[in-house]
Amino acid sequence: MKTWLKIIAVLLICYTIVAGFLFSVPRLNIVNETIRGLYFHVPMWFGMIALFLASTIYSIQYLRNPSFNTDTKALEFANTGLALGILGILTGMIWANYTWGSPWHGDPKQNGAAISLLVYLAYFVLRGSIENEDQRARLSAVYNIFAFCAMIPLIFIIPRMTSSMHPGNGGNPGFNMYDLDSRMRMVFYPAVAGWILLGFWIASLRIRTRFMNEKLLELENE
Amino acid sequence: MKNYLNLKMNKLSLFLCALFCLVTSMAMSQPVEMADTMRSEGKIYVVVAILVVIFLGLIGYLVMLDRKITRIEKKLEKKS
Repeated sequence: MKTWLKIIAVLLICYTIVAGFLFSVPRLNIVNETIRGLYFHVPMWFGMIALFLASTIYSIQYLRNPSFNTDTKALEFANTGLALGILGILTGMIWANYTWGSPWHGDPKQNGAAISLLVYLAYFVLRGSIENEDQRARLSAVYNIFAFCAMIPLIFIIPRMTSSMHPGNGGNPGFNMYDLDSRMRMVFYPAVAGWILLGFWIASLRIRTRFMNEKLLELENE
Repeated sequence: MKNYLNLKMNKLSLFLCALFCLVTSMAMSQPVEMADTMRSEGKIYVVVAILVVIFLGLIGYLVMLDRKITRIEKKLEKKS
């Protein structure tokens, strides 16, 4: 990853921390100041989806043209994406505790997010259970594509078809709530971009350590 | 007599209507609770400062990790 992209990521997130607390937000009942959670909780999910998408693309590339390179990238993008997803679900639970009344409300969005995280956890279980490297890479690439396809209806479609209390769901088009206020978009979009870039940075470090490990193994075998 | 009653009823309903309007307008104008005191005292900047320091600290750590990986990569490159 290019250095200037890393610098932009840090600057964007710094801006959102400062602006996210100091800029004015719409005054809404029940939600009150917790509306600022939007600047920090939602970018976790956007970051996760971007990383999972990258992971899926590398899995497709692996199936078209198998190589250690693409398999490692698919694995580590999924790994970092899962970390962001877990942070997203934890922050969501804190918020739900104070606005919905309990950390786990059984809301369709919440359940869907939890199920899609479990689907991705199964990806790592699958990888860990196969000894043969080529087989492991091929099977997990196929499963990874399935996991991404399963995540889309679970997070984006089902919560919109049923009545969900999650903002921007339950029959409403997404972003409906934010559309009310362009001030919030000025902070929200940079936050999303910043966290996606940070996610890719962390994933790139993990990928590089895997490459080094592979190289070391090659040197030992010579 | 009937007319008098009607007038009285009209007055009553007018009064009720006015009362209802007053109550609803009061409920609507009631300000939503926000952290205004905290912001007016300026103390919110302290929280923001803490968060920025923690975030930058973690980023600094990430940068160090990044450099370390680059260094080891170069070492490996030389070896192979």
